[in-house]
Amino acid sequence: MIANPPSPADEIKQARRKATLGEVIIDVLKYAVLIVLAFSFVLPFIWMVLSALKDDPQVYTIPPVWIPNPAFWENFPKAWSQYDFTRFTFNSVFLYGLPVTIGVTLSSSFIAYGFSRVKWPGRDLLFGIVLATLMIPYAVTMVPLFIIWKNLGLINSYWPLVIPAFFGSAYGIFLLRQFYLTIPQELSEAARIDGAGELGIWWRIILPLAKPALTVVALFTFIGTWNDYLAPLIYISKTELYPVALGVNLLRIAVGATGTPANIYPYLMAVSTIVTVPVIILFYFAQRTFIEGVTTTGLKG
Amino acid sequence: MNATVAPPRANSRRMSAAERRRLIWGLIFVSPWIFGFIAFTVYPMIQSLLISFTRYDLLRPPVPIGLANYTELFTDDPNFGKVVYNTFYYVLLSAPLGVVSAFLMAALLNTKIVMRSSFRGIFFFPAIVPAVVTATIWQFLLNSQYGAVNSTLQALGMPIIPFLSNPDLIKPTFILIHVWAQGGAILIFLAALQDVPRSLYEAAEIDGAGYWKRFWNITMPMCTPAILYNMVTSFIVGFQVFTLPYLLVGVNGGPERAGQMYAALLYDNAFRFLRMGKASALAWVLFIVIMFFTIVLFRTSARWVYYGGSDDR
Repeated sequence: MIANPPSPADEIKQARRKATLGEVIIDVLKYAVLIVLAFSFVLPFIWMVLSALKDDPQVYTIPPVWIPNPAFWENFPKAWSQYDFTRFTFNSVFLYGLPVTIGVTLSSSFIAYGFSRVKWPGRDLLFGIVLATLMIPYAVTMVPLFIIWKNLGLINSYWPLVIPAFFGSAYGIFLLRQFYLTIPQELSEAARIDGAGELGIWWRIILPLAKPALTVVALFTFIGTWNDYLAPLIYISKTELYPVALGVNLLRIAVGATGTPANIYPYLMAVSTIVTVPVIILFYFAQRTFIEGVTTTGLKG
Repeated sequence: MNATVAPPRANSRRMSAAERRRLIWGLIFVSPWIFGFIAFTVYPMIQSLLISFTRYDLLRPPVPIGLANYTELFTDDPNFGKVVYNTFYYVLLSAPLGVVSAFLMAALLNTKIVMRSSFRGIFFFPAIVPAVVTATIWQFLLNSQYGAVNSTLQALGMPIIPFLSNPDLIKPTFILIHVWAQGGAILIFLAALQDVPRSLYEAAEIDGAGYWKRFWNITMPMCTPAILYNMVTSFIVGFQVFTLPYLLVGVNGGPERAGQMYAALLYDNAFRFLRMGKASALAWVLFIVIMFFTIVLFRTSARWVYYGGSDDR
């Protein structure tokens, strides 16, 4: 960029404003790195959306074509009807996501009350055990739990995933406890003097105040179920009961198989796009909540 | 933690009515967790340990076989050594790389920049996309014949990179994708960075400390609790990694099983071969490894984690 050797006068001038020039260079570098990184995070998703609008010849072109021309918008409805994705979405939301979210949020908020708003001997020790359970790998309980639910005849239903949600999640309890601790005890004391019971205090005073924290727990739990792959893989083998994550995989498997319909990659990208959209929407409208949730669990320990 | 240092006379017999009332209500509130803990954690864990000493295929009753499942793993199962190697390779590289890169990206986001919250959102986003979508996109991008990355390389006359079909490249590819999706850690580091009291930097600046000196002597020590947290989480999650490798290279881990992770072998034994005993033995070995690493990290943390932050919790 610097073509001519700087003259002595220039050097003096530059030395005088060296600080600012250095700052400018650092700023340029900083934004260059930021933009490159931002592209690396976004580009795969942009590529997904663009590929969803192509047909096979456009997908297999070398060098790759960026802008689909013509754009096949009908790929979206066509992809959606390759399998019963409406059904999968219904399963994900109403059989899995919402019940688990309600269960985790409600039970964790109740349990967290006992770990923060009432003082009793052994409380903090027990809370230590709650945290320690985060270290236990899923695999250690996976096999016996599968056997238990199998013996109860509940394989190929969402009960094995929904029922445990009603007994609290360590993550939810932790997060809500941290929030409850910031609510002044005087509020509870005043209510007790007015004759309120603990249940009433939890339901009428603490819960309304804890709405932001409850939103965090609900949001993360819901996204967790929407994205979950392993648990449904273990318990759900009937296709009509699949959640979206397993549904997408049906299309993925079709890619390598014989008799694959044309435009399988665009279809796969179209379905992936549709499945990602709810996450994008939730994220866009609740960015602050997301950030709060991640940082509370990470730091306030 | 005050529970253990309570005065000895405060035992249950001498409890005042108010204390007893608090104890009862406390237990009522935590009782769902206690029940869930026993039913969905303690009982299954004991069962799992017992099953690990048996041969059990769900169809016939379990047959006790002592330590045979464990000895089989360590002496008679070539796949075990393979997945242990793969998983350690993955964890020991992805955890530090993920933590370091997340820290650097957070430090970058924490400097004076415009549109910080937009950048923050973009950096975080890959972390909350469904794993099946992440796997689908990357598989598509990295495909050696028609993936965008390789067809670009080809068009530029460069050799293609068989990311997911060359055994030597599979695990590095996993690690790359892991590092790409470190949004959660970035946010945690960013919050830690914003928690560093301004006064410390001002004092250091007056003493003539430059940017790097301040970064090394103030920022780093103040962020060590967050580093520890992210490190421990990365290890715990990393040892259990299942979905992404499973989706990217299939059940058997691709060529030469180079991408088969420990959890995939466990899943295979349990739900494809119905070898519940062996799967349980695998689970307990995994549990012990995770516990070992967590304890080591916490033990050594006394030497490198600085807990003198803005407030004592």
